[in-house]
Amino acid sequence: MSAYNHYILVCGGTGCEAGKSDQIYKNLIHECEKVGCKGKTQIVKTGCFGFCEQGPIVKVLPEESFYVHVKPEDAKEIIEEHIVKGREVTRLLYDKAESKKRAAIDEIDFYQKQFRVVLRNCGVIDPENINEYIARDGYVGLEKAVFDMSPEDIIEEVKKSGLRGRGGAGFPTWMKWNFTKGAAEPTKYIVCNADEGDPGAYMDRSTLEGDPHSILEAMTIAGKAVGASYGYIYIRAEYPLAINRLKIAMKQAREMGLLGDNILGSDFSFDIEIRLGAGAFVCGEETALLRSIEGERGMPTPRPPFPATHGAFGKPSVINNVETWANIPVIIHKGGDWFSKIGTEDSKGTKVFALTGKIRNSGLVEVPMGTTLREIVFDIGGGIANGKEFKAVQTGGPSGGVITKDYLDTPIDYIHLKELGSIMGSGGMIVMDEDDCMVDIAKFYLGFCVDESCGKCAPCRIGGRTLYNILDRITKGEGELDDIQKIKEVGHAMQKASLCGLGQTAPNPVLSTLHYFEDEYKAHIKDHRCPAGKCKKLISYHILADKCIGCGLCARRCPVNAIEGEIRQLHEIDQDTCIKCGECYSVCKFDAVYVR
Amino acid sequence: MAKMTLEELRKLRDEQKKGLTRRDMENKDTQIIIGMGTCGIAAGAKETLDAFIQELEECELDNVRVTQTGCMGLCYVEPTVEVIVPDMPTVIYGKVDAEVARKIVRKHIINKALVNDHVYDKPAADIVDKGGAK
Repeated sequence: MSAYNHYILVCGGTGCEAGKSDQIYKNLIHECEKVGCKGKTQIVKTGCFGFCEQGPIVKVLPEESFYVHVKPEDAKEIIEEHIVKGREVTRLLYDKAESKKRAAIDEIDFYQKQFRVVLRNCGVIDPENINEYIARDGYVGLEKAVFDMSPEDIIEEVKKSGLRGRGGAGFPTWMKWNFTKGAAEPTKYIVCNADEGDPGAYMDRSTLEGDPHSILEAMTIAGKAVGASYGYIYIRAEYPLAINRLKIAMKQAREMGLLGDNILGSDFSFDIEIRLGAGAFVCGEETALLRSIEGERGMPTPRPPFPATHGAFGKPSVINNVETWANIPVIIHKGGDWFSKIGTEDSKGTKVFALTGKIRNSGLVEVPMGTTLREIVFDIGGGIANGKEFKAVQTGGPSGGVITKDYLDTPIDYIHLKELGSIMGSGGMIVMDEDDCMVDIAKFYLGFCVDESCGKCAPCRIGGRTLYNILDRITKGEGELDDIQKIKEVGHAMQKASLCGLGQTAPNPVLSTLHYFEDEYKAHIKDHRCPAGKCKKLISYHILADKCIGCGLCARRCPVNAIEGEIRQLHEIDQDTCIKCGECYSVCKFDAVYVR
Repeated sequence: MAKMTLEELRKLRDEQKKGLTRRDMENKDTQIIIGMGTCGIAAGAKETLDAFIQELEECELDNVRVTQTGCMGLCYVEPTVEVIVPDMPTVIYGKVDAEVARKIVRKHIINKALVNDHVYDKPAADIVDKGGAK
């Protein structure tokens, strides 16, 4: 391999790919050949950089120029200016003002407080090239596990690390493995849960897209630890890029003897198969997932028996989610002690969050456990977009709850989130501002769970629908005061009596918003008023006489022609025609439109 | 690619590591900055750059980062190259052709001695940094 003068890393995650990063990649190669720099510049398509807000992202080394919002037509300029003449393309740099002594990637605020274990290779290596994974100490853990460690050693190392499941409940990983190892049945399975379904969460997808080999390596290590020789990756069909990269990775690993019969010439054999899900949220629940792998309808079954002893096809199975798996190779390579130094007393390691919602820098962030919500939202996330006021963060998706302003300084780990009535969940973090109505948010999440409920058990099927109807009434101004009591009763019944995690946690967003924002619920019920101005039935738009200059913009933009008025005269909204879309409110340059 | 044994995997990793450490910009304490203004390029700065990259490769140095910059203002001694090595004075070399480039790598960077006959300047004080010219 020869040395290169320049390295160009192009983000190939789904987000940037949607922004035509594949075309950017092809154009860069084309332009590079045109100017004769082909052998001197290496162009690599990597996994997600995490800074999705600024995508598509292109990074050029050794200058560490961090180009953002790159378009396919910019490829020519990057090659001709930067690669040929050595001049950075200033207009594409992330921090243009500082361009002279411009920030290197580790000086960008977004990356400052992050610590990357799970995402260690994302945005660094080419996920479709096994050699690059190997060069970053890939498969060192596998070497150790296969040749130097006994199954007991491996489990001991995972125990020392303190790793807990990243998919939701936070069960200690080593215990799951140990149960399966101890099971008498000789046939055992390793399962990777890649059925990521929370609205706004994409940590697992990015990990699979950016570093597929880490999952294969981890599952193989677990196979050695518990005595399994076959594994399944259950992934939703909506993740075509991740599936494709997994397939490429599996092919490469098999060809090189890192997967399949007699791994690295040893007597240990392990292979993996991909099973596609059709995108049912309930299949993220482990027993439903196992039924789906078996080809049955994806419905949960009561636990116990737990999958650790009665899993896929009735055999003992270890199920972990993608992020949990991604930690394993590092733990075996660097040791459980190294890993346990990261994080807090009860929660070791890091956590990846998908920051979305009303935040300035949406994207994928990985922080040590115990980092406060304030640091994540304000330091890394850059605070609320458009200068609005922070209201709350929803963690844990439709199974979690909200965390309000008063609790911004809470360290994020399993214990503290639980105390606040939320959960770690898989790591979706949706930020809400003053314009978000909490009743409406609760209704949205509950609606999601009602749609996704498999209908097997009554508490979830009937309880969810009942709760939804109550919330729907409230948002229409038809709520009654004893609705609040009813919500609590139905919610608690669902938590206690539902068969699986979906139903047990579905009322969480409702109960949690009710706990922190009871006033908002009451405003809807008693005053028929939506304080955030979101619930359409409860609001009306009006034009202020002293502010309207009669420019006519709102009238032109109104999709239903509900606004009338002569040019330079006061305009008026016809309340009967208005559909309350809010377009006039957002286009008015003079703040003349207000919500009542 | 055929199936590998443990030894082959380790060998492959060592080989691949070299390639990837070059791309890794952390832990690089030494810097070579090549003046790539029009004057520099006309005087052969591109060949100089290639020579640096090749020589670093041959000497298996992975702590050096080679970057390009614009004209340093010493157009009469192009190609010009600034070399920053920890615990050594920062030096601007002039008339650095491929041969001198190789010499700089071996003498300055490895043996920590200046290549005297090509030293032209030390970098100008950064007046922006120092709070303006006095």
